[in-house]
Amino acid sequence: MSFITGVGLTAYGRHEGCSSLDLMSKAAALAIADAGLKRAEIDGVLCGYSTVSPHIMLATVFAEHFGIKPVYAHAVQVGGATGLAMAMLAHQLVEAGVAKHVLAVGGENRLTGQSRDASIQALAQVGHPDYEVPLGPTIPAYYGLVASRYMHEFGVTQEDLAEFAVLMRKHALTHRGAQFREAISVADVMASKPVALPLKLLDCCPVSDGGAAFVVSRETTSEISVRVRGCAQAHTHQHVTAAPPLSELGAEIAVARAKQAARVAISDVRYAAFYDSFTITLAMLLEDLGLAGRGEAASRARSGYFSRHGEMPLNTHGGLLSYGHCGVGGAMAHLVETQLQMTGRAADRQVRDASLALLHGDGGVLSSHVTMFLERVR
Amino acid sequence: MSERKQLADWTTGAEAIVYQSCARCGSLQYFRRSFCSACGAADPLDKRASGEGRVYATTLVCRAATPETRAHIPYNIILVDTAEGFRMMAHGDNDLCIGDKVKARFAPFAGRLIPYFEKTK
Repeated sequence: MSFITGVGLTAYGRHEGCSSLDLMSKAAALAIADAGLKRAEIDGVLCGYSTVSPHIMLATVFAEHFGIKPVYAHAVQVGGATGLAMAMLAHQLVEAGVAKHVLAVGGENRLTGQSRDASIQALAQVGHPDYEVPLGPTIPAYYGLVASRYMHEFGVTQEDLAEFAVLMRKHALTHRGAQFREAISVADVMASKPVALPLKLLDCCPVSDGGAAFVVSRETTSEISVRVRGCAQAHTHQHVTAAPPLSELGAEIAVARAKQAARVAISDVRYAAFYDSFTITLAMLLEDLGLAGRGEAASRARSGYFSRHGEMPLNTHGGLLSYGHCGVGGAMAHLVETQLQMTGRAADRQVRDASLALLHGDGGVLSSHVTMFLERVR
Repeated sequence: MSERKQLADWTTGAEAIVYQSCARCGSLQYFRRSFCSACGAADPLDKRASGEGRVYATTLVCRAATPETRAHIPYNIILVDTAEGFRMMAHGDNDLCIGDKVKARFAPFAGRLIPYFEKTK
């Protein structure tokens, strides 16, 4: 068994003068304190990467900086899926007896540490260096391609996609740490600057500074605990040119494997935390994982199904789209929020029932997928 | 390693689209390798594509990240399902729609030559 015993999250947005290590350290200290542990009790460290400060040994750089000497440490890199991949690995490490308390940490000064152009350019390199990158794509362009096809096949409109930007913003309004806290409407999304059509500025997550961390432990450290019920991955391709048909994407494969591992059904799920780099990402994942029929996620969003008081509350912190996206930490915030909801500590964002949660992360261009089920144990 | 000569294509500045075909399993691949990614057989055959195909997906890029690419905005990045049966990324006319029949020419972009698709009747 393994438990998410502690979580830590900084505000996302601008952290002038903070390095990636500073942001990682802040989040790590919060998570360790939240777990009721001392730094010296952390015997495993997993971290992601920083595009601002790349390093071939980031986990040991962090461990030295933070002042711990783990028995196990290394970095993990699967783009946007990194946070959940670390959670899955930490779960397996503690189950295997390799470590007792694994700290997973991500943080980056992606907004203030480099120019926005540099950030966009660095990320576009996930494309094929010979057959894609020379064509001048950006991450929004890769997802714009997917969006155009998905909209074509399933009759989804730009207004439909805009619903998810509006929903994430609505959720962010109640979180003091969110980067964006002014309400927006579908009309605002539609009128926002074109980026890579059909995606417009408000369909895209921002670039942020921030840090997030969690501790995965072999034994629970509190009365209400959050247990990893089961998880799985799927990796079907890297480049969008080589992606399988929309009906064979990795999300469906990963969730099928995770359901089997966790022995649960989608109908058991009470809270959802899904990767939302773009509105299309969220719409597709909700439909791929079975929380809405094909082409129906937007109407569910419109009817309040995914709202805080709806049947399936989703990303109640505001997601990448409005809480912010600082790289690896971005999607870790989804897990942090889920743990807070499951332990009844989400303050005025608290949902009625978060007893079983479904989390999903996506890296690349729907390339790498990690699905995880968490359950509350008393 | 193979002694077979590679066909030059647009990725090296030639006005051609080249793909590979496996002699053993018949699989096609667009990204050049010294082996077939489906079955692992060595030395898939280089073949020159006709440049004909249908539009699979499109995105009009309005925000570019480098000064060289910014000079071209807006530009339409598309995925094309070629007549030969492999998928490729390219540029195309800004008004192309999914399903349109297209034919490639070559156009300069950010200091290089790239495949550019136009609608055929």
